[in-house]
Amino acid sequence: MALNSKTKAVLLGPLSKNNPILVQVLGICSALAVTSKLEPSLVMAIAVVIVTSFSNVIISLLRKTIPNRIRIIVQLVVVASLVTIVSEVLKAYSYDVNKQLSVFVGLIVTNCILMGRLEAFALGNGPWPSFLDGIGNGLGYGWILVVTGFFRELLGSGELMGHQVIPQAFYDAGYENNGLMMLAPMAVLIVACIIWVHRSKNKDLQEETN
Amino acid sequence: MDAISLIVRSIFVDNMVFAYFLGMCSFLAVSKNVKTALGLGLAVTLVLVITLPVNYLLENYVLKAGALEWLGPQFANVDLSVFSLLIFIAVIAAIVQLVEMVIERFSPALYSSLGIFLPLIAVNCAILGGSLFMQQREFANIGMATAYAFGSGIGWLLAIVGMAAIREKLEYSDVPKPLKGLGITFIVTALMAIGFMSFSGISI
Repeated sequence: MALNSKTKAVLLGPLSKNNPILVQVLGICSALAVTSKLEPSLVMAIAVVIVTSFSNVIISLLRKTIPNRIRIIVQLVVVASLVTIVSEVLKAYSYDVNKQLSVFVGLIVTNCILMGRLEAFALGNGPWPSFLDGIGNGLGYGWILVVTGFFRELLGSGELMGHQVIPQAFYDAGYENNGLMMLAPMAVLIVACIIWVHRSKNKDLQEETN
Repeated sequence: MDAISLIVRSIFVDNMVFAYFLGMCSFLAVSKNVKTALGLGLAVTLVLVITLPVNYLLENYVLKAGALEWLGPQFANVDLSVFSLLIFIAVIAAIVQLVEMVIERFSPALYSSLGIFLPLIAVNCAILGGSLFMQQREFANIGMATAYAFGSGIGWLLAIVGMAAIREKLEYSDVPKPLKGLGITFIVTALMAIGFMSFSGISI
């Protein structure tokens, strides 16, 4: 299926101009808590891509039949079932990562990206664009997570994916790991830096007031 | 005594916002002025205090492995914990809808100022997070669970009101253009979180 310009915008827009974290301010909670290492950030990113895309498709298929008043509960039930599946799969195949993520896999349910996209997109569009929108937003969310996880693990423990990358010679010369990077507040600071860079590149996103 | 120390711990040491970054979405979006922030904080506390004990009962009498034993010995091996996410979120969504109706009835001013964020409490991670942490920590009784809910709610309230107060003052500062709005809010959050970390050495 060839991508015309509209579907392309749906898929690629969330990666930068319409990024869920940087611009729409959705899904911050889980982004910050799991990024102390690269591996859990990657797993979390993948899990979110899966859940966003499939929940978008399901809700989009059901959108004509869901009564408006109870739509939030219906959406939550769909999302919660998908998340339950993802978390059971994780438990079965990578138990260690599942333990590191602790409650945050479950918290994908309340990740605002999901509800935000379901409300804003899936309820008014067909299954295929909704699927692309889900993938796009999941990836847009995922790359922020991966970048944050990359810097925190690199600067905080000198490792990537658990492998030492900063050579021993550096430590002998007096280099120290920055322990502060392992603490939660630094995740917020790194995201703030990403926002800074992103907005100085995209001038139209800058806000007028504080 | 245990309950009081649990409350103090969950307000300052295990603060929902600054230690676990739960409920950040509404924390960032609704912290523009103190009055609305206070309203949302109270709503979150209220919903937490109602949902957590309900979910505690469900967890211990329905969902946990062997929790159905009171039905009869043949249920002793039933483990329904796979469904805990579904049940928790359904309970939360239902209670949020109730609270919304009550607030709409008794305080239309608050209702209109909270706007879209009332339904969004249902997807406020702090609420579901509270229930999931409750499941993880295995509180001894329902009183402790309620105390934990209350403490977490007040901690969240404190965080968002503090944030709103800082942002009101921030309006008069000269912030670099790309950092205006969201960026500076993140930085302030990080600094507040570092501040709150100094509580973590306290043992009560």
